[in-house]
Order: sequence, then structure tokens, then C-alpha cells
Amino acid sequence: MGPILAQILTGLANAGALFMVASGLSLIFGVTRIVNFAHGSFYMLGAYIGWTLMQVLPGSFGFWSAILLAGIAVGAIGAFVEIVILRRVYAAPELFQLVATFGVILIVQDLALMIWGPQDLLGPRAPGLRGVVRILGEPVPKYDLALIAITPLVALALWALITRTRFGILVRAATQDREMVGALGVNQRWLFTGTFALGCALAGLGGALQLPKGGADLLMDFTILTSVFVVVVVGGMGSLPGAYLASVLISVVGVFGVTFLPQSTLALTFVVMVAVLMWRPFGLLGREEVAGEMGQVGPPEDPIRPAGWPVRVGVALALVVLAALPLYGSGFAVILATDILIFCLFAASLHFLLGQAGLVSFGHAAFYGGGAYAAALLVRHAGAPMELALLLAPLSAGLLALGIGFVALRASGVYFAMLTLAFAQLLWSLVWQGGAFTGGSDGLVGIWPARWADPNAIFYLLTFALCVGGILMLRHAAHAPFGYALRAARDNAPRAAASGLDVRRLQWAAFTFAGAMAGLAGGLFVFAKGSVFPNELEIARSFDALIVVFLGGVKTLSGGWVGGAVFEAGVDWLTRFEYWRLTLGLVVLFIVTIAPQGIVGTARAFWARVQR
Amino acid sequence: MLELEGLEVFYGKAQILQGLSLSVGPGEVVALLGRNGAGKTTTLKATMQMLPVAGGQVRFRGEDITGSDPYRVARAGLGYVPEDRRIFTQLTVRENLETGRQAAREGVPRWDEAALFELFPNLAERAEARGKALSGGEQQMLSIARTLMGNPACLLLDEPSEGIAPVIVTEMARAILRLKREGLSVLLSEQALPFARAVADRVAVIDHGRVVFEGDFSALDAAPEIAKRHLAV
Repeated sequence: MGPILAQILTGLANAGALFMVASGLSLIFGVTRIVNFAHGSFYMLGAYIGWTLMQVLPGSFGFWSAILLAGIAVGAIGAFVEIVILRRVYAAPELFQLVATFGVILIVQDLALMIWGPQDLLGPRAPGLRGVVRILGEPVPKYDLALIAITPLVALALWALITRTRFGILVRAATQDREMVGALGVNQRWLFTGTFALGCALAGLGGALQLPKGGADLLMDFTILTSVFVVVVVGGMGSLPGAYLASVLISVVGVFGVTFLPQSTLALTFVVMVAVLMWRPFGLLGREEVAGEMGQVGPPEDPIRPAGWPVRVGVALALVVLAALPLYGSGFAVILATDILIFCLFAASLHFLLGQAGLVSFGHAAFYGGGAYAAALLVRHAGAPMELALLLAPLSAGLLALGIGFVALRASGVYFAMLTLAFAQLLWSLVWQGGAFTGGSDGLVGIWPARWADPNAIFYLLTFALCVGGILMLRHAAHAPFGYALRAARDNAPRAAASGLDVRRLQWAAFTFAGAMAGLAGGLFVFAKGSVFPNELEIARSFDALIVVFLGGVKTLSGGWVGGAVFEAGVDWLTRFEYWRLTLGLVVLFIVTIAPQGIVGTARAFWARVQR
Repeated sequence: MLELEGLEVFYGKAQILQGLSLSVGPGEVVALLGRNGAGKTTTLKATMQMLPVAGGQVRFRGEDITGSDPYRVARAGLGYVPEDRRIFTQLTVRENLETGRQAAREGVPRWDEAALFELFPNLAERAEARGKALSGGEQQMLSIARTLMGNPACLLLDEPSEGIAPVIVTEMARAILRLKREGLSVLLSEQALPFARAVADRVAVIDHGRVVFEGDFSALDAAPEIAKRHLAV
């Protein structure tokens, strides 16, 4: 009995930070309809700021004030971010908002690196709560007991704020109908800023409170984000009791997982999540969220038309010039062009999913990295030749997409985005913990192309043929009846269903197709680099692809590969600088606020103006 | 009190209001009559600046409010009661009233919870009920009461009699007359001529986004072809 109780107590203590971050995310989403992907960053900032304050402020009083002040400081930073960035994107389509918050993640990562350095910071012990208490013979840290007591108090205070104050009433009213709240004389801007600041302060508080248990490091933003998404999906977006319930459930399951199945902590959490989702698609205590119900769907899109002959001739010429690159380009140019082509296919596959099916996937790297690992594992463990590995990479990624799509497509909108991200992160952790089989963090190295394709020029041509072929296939699908049906389902799912289209199956097919294409890109990547590491499955890789699609422009058919080319070339150049994330983040925010139509869209608008 | 002058509003390329002008004097109740799609709701929303006004001007208590934020319009003392009521269904009646609360205004009737519960006794009985539990008529009362909590000088009422039981319609008419006695100006849109006749001093008939008739009821009765051509009677 003792050990089990101790486990439950540890789980309850771990639930504290998780609940605070999740409830903040939920609150912000309710009012602003923005899924704040930067919420993990605010949590990380809370930990770092709290750590610094604890160095300065002495004693027990100093410790607790440091935690409180960290929360307040992060709230203030949140208010700043809301006023400067988010206010400009409230009326924009979902993807813009997500990309904007991702820009914030990048900037915070580099700022934290600049200020606090790359080494992990050990959290100070809480004064007066250093030891352990024996409960039924088991040692339980005193600080855990403090956390177990504090969390319900924070939850209660939050509940009182939301149910008992004018601010809380307005927050709840705005969650339902923000336009009406404005028509009643409430300045929504400050209501939004206040909510965002409160949500961020909660995240900061969570980050500072967990310091004695976990310290501060530069990876904690993405680590917490995955858990928080799982919590929100399980508990139901917008429900505070749901967030608390799910935090406890997930934390306790996590603690038991560590004891009984140490290899599969995350996997166990996911089993719980999938089970809940199958039973209640909107979480334990959640309500259905209809995408775009708050007027965030942009103006209706113009129909996609095949390009006219001048563009076709131009593209054909460009392809010839590209194919002949080994004849005139330097060795470096050929290698760089190989990378760019691979990335273009990866981006184009996501672009297909986003643009044609309207499915905002945040875990597309699962299929890119999945294809890469499938190829590498086949070569390493089955001795497969390159040709077979390249054939099976897209098939494996497609199968993976078939499975993930089955679960993720039960949800839609933001739930879908969060689920895809969570699945990608699951895959990442499986590979990371995969020991000798996957190589863990050391990756798999020494996977080179077949002898005939080994010269860089030949491999370039192979990549060229497969990537251009893949992109043309994606384009073809968009212009085929399958593409029409997908766009119909995207623009109005109920009407598409009423016309006899099986919306879910269509989306499932598109998800699988896009996954397979990403897998092909991943397979090529392995042989181009000769190795693969878990970071090809990372959240950051998924975001790369999203930024590219965004850069290129979602509403244009060529947006995917144009953005891919610009991005890969730009990052190659950018990463030579120390703080390239900061720069990239600023560029992203600049584009979100200044040129929201992306490269192709802006070029087109410019061209239209010139012609007139 | 309230003057609309040459209002033009577009939905995409379609022009809904084509230079609409009308005015509401202090303490006056004006009924905006017209068929479905004539532009009644658009007129009220444009007055409230909840839609982009492409041309013309809205003046309220002598000030040009065209292009300002809806919340500023509301704070200037213009109260808006939407057609579909739009009460907050997850909030209780009391909480709904709280969302509309604004500071009292000089020279304008003051409202608080007690006064509104007296005006609409049905609401008093359901003070702790959630919005979603109310009947259509009760929701309409709550919607009006919520806006009155802002102590407006002029009320914009979009189809207050639509879709509610006849008994409640009578009660609604009584409430509007009471508001008028308190000195409130009201611009209400209406499809039902009898209801307008019961509460309004003057009518403005609109069709295709223009005012085609403005005057009192005796003038309207003297020109029967107006009602025949522009109203669904």
C-alpha cells in the first residue's frame, strides 16, 4: 500500500505545474480562440526568471516571493506579446496565429540562451521544505506535499476569479460571443490582454513552482507543451475542472509508468489519451469546438486553376536548368540543391494537406522522420538495398499516417493540430528511448546510397527525379476529382457530406497520401546525409515545414515548394549565425504582420497591381 | 439625439444600404419598418458601427461616431439589443446583467438590477437560472435588460416582437412605453405593423436600403400604397 500511495502523491505533485500551464492555455483559447503554442515558452521563462530571483532574494520569504514575482513578470511579458503581436492576428486564419506564436517560441529560445546560457540550471531547494516525510514507511519529499496543497489553492483562486468577479463574468461572456461583449461597452482589447497575461502568469507560476523538482533548461518549453496538449485534449479545452482532472490523471499514469515500464512513459500516457479520445472526442469535460465559428475563416478562396502556358514554359525551363546543375554548379551547390529539393517535397506534402484538405497538422515531421527512420532501419537491420529502402520509406510513412490519422481525424481544428503534434512527439520519444535498435540520441549513421548512385551528381539527379515527380503527383491530385472533393470538404464539410462525399475518409486518404510523400522525402534525406537523428522527428522540424508553407502562401498551389526553396536556402545561410532562431523568429513575425499572403501570394498581388 | 445621414454599407460587392437617412429625436420612439432583407438589421448594426460604413455619417448627441469602435459607441450611451438576442447562455440572468453594466450617465434614466427586475418581473424569478434555460420571451427581456444596465440614452431594438408568444409581446410593448416615459429615445426595427403602432411615435419605411417614407401613423394611413408596396401586409 505504501509504495502505491507514494506514487500517487508524486503524481499529484507533478500535476501542479501541468495544471497551471494547461489551465492558462485553456483560458486563453476560450477568449481569444488562439492556441498559444508559445505557452511552453512562458513556462520556461517562469522557471528561469524564478531561478534568477531566488539567487537574489534570501530565505523562505525570498523563495516564495520569487515564485510569485516570476508569475507576475511572465504575465507582464505575456501582455507585451499580446499587445505587440497577437492583436494583429486575431482576425487572421488559424495558421497565421499558430505561426505567430511559433515565432515567439523561437525568439524566447534564443533570448533564454543569451541570458542564462546553454547549461541546465539546478533548482534551489525550498527553504524549510528540504527533507522527506515518511508516509506508510515511504519517503515523500516535503516539497511534493507543499505542491499537492498549493495546486488546489491556485485552482480554487482561479475558479473564484472566473465565477465571482466581473472580470471572470466578462471572460466567460467573451468565450461565447465576443462581438456582443463589445457592443455592450466592454473594451475587448483589454479583456484579451488581461486574459492572455493571466494565462501566461499561470504558466510562469507553474515554471517557477517546479524549480526545486526539475530546475530550468532550454528544452522544457517543448517538453511541457506535449504534456499540456495531452492534458487539454484529455480534459477538454476550456474546462478548468477538466484541466485539473486530466493533469492528475496524466501525471499519476506517468509516475506509475516510470516504475513499471520505464521505457514507455510517454507511450503509456498516449494509450490513456487515445482511450479517452475514442470514448469522448472532445475530452472528459470538454464541449465541441467548431473551427472558424468565431469568424476566423478568411474570405472564400478563389478556385485553383492550372497555370497558363507562360508559367508552364517558365517552370519547364527552370526544371531543365535545375536538372543540368551538376554540369555547371560547384560540388557544394549540388549538395545544397539536393537538400533544398528534399525539403521542397516535404513542404509540398504538408502544403497539400493544409491547402487542399484544410487540415492543419502540427506533427508532419512524424512522417518525414518516420520515412527516414524506416529507410535507415531497413538498411541497418535487414540489409535492404537503397532502392528497396526508398520504395518502402513512403509506404511505411503512409502506413504510419493511416494509423495516426485514424485517431487524430476523430477530432478537428485545434484538437487535430494538438493531436498530430502529440503523436509526432510520441514517435520522437520512442526513437529517443529506442536503445540499440534506433540508436537513441546517437541516431543511425553510415547509411549511404547504392554504389551507382553514390557520386553526388548522380544522387542529385535521383533526388531531382523523385522530388519533382512527387511534387507533380501532389499537383496532379489537387487537379483531379480527388482534389475537388477535398476542397469541397474543406470549405463546407456538412454540404460536402450532403452531396455524398465521405468527408472523413477523404481527409484520411489525403493525410495518408501527404504522409507517404513526406516519407519519400525523409527516405531521400537519409541517403543524402548518410545518417539520421531523432531531431528529424522533432516539433521544430514540423514547424519548419509549417513556416515554409506559410512563407510560400497557403492559398497558392506552388506555395509549398517555393517556400521550401527559399527557407532551406535561407536557413543554410542563417544557421551560420549564433542566434539564428531569434532572427528567424523576427522574420516570421514580420511576415505574419506585414505580408500575410506569403511569397507567392504577395508576388501575385504585386503582379496584379503592375498589370492594372 | 441620433441622426443617420446617407449611410452606405456593402456586403462584399452587394450594396445593402444605399444612402439611408433618418433621425430620432430626444424621447422619441421611431419604428423602422420594412420587409425581410430591406436592410433593417444592417441599419442598426451600422449605427452601432458593428459593420464597416462605406459612406455617410452617424451622429449621436451631436457627435460624429462613424468609424469608432462599437464599445466606444456603447459607452457614448447608445444601447444595442440584437435581433437574435445573443444572451450569454452559459451565464446566469444576474451575470448576464452584469456584462452590460456601465456607470450612470448624466440626464439619462438610471437602471440597476432591482429596477430591471421590476420592469421585467419574469426575470426576477429566474435570477439564478442560466441563459440557456430561459424561454424565448424571457431571453428577449434579458437581452433588453442587459443593454439597459448600460444606462443608454438611446436604445436600438432589433425586432423585439419576433418569435415570442403573444402574451409576452403585449408585455414587451408595455415595457417599451415605460422606457419612453422615462425619457429614453428608441429606434426599433419591426415587421409587424400593429406592434409598431402600439409603441412608436413615428415610422420610417425602408426598402432596398433606402427610406421610402417617413412620418407618423396618420400620414402612413393616408398613403395606403406605401404599406402595400413596401411592407408585407
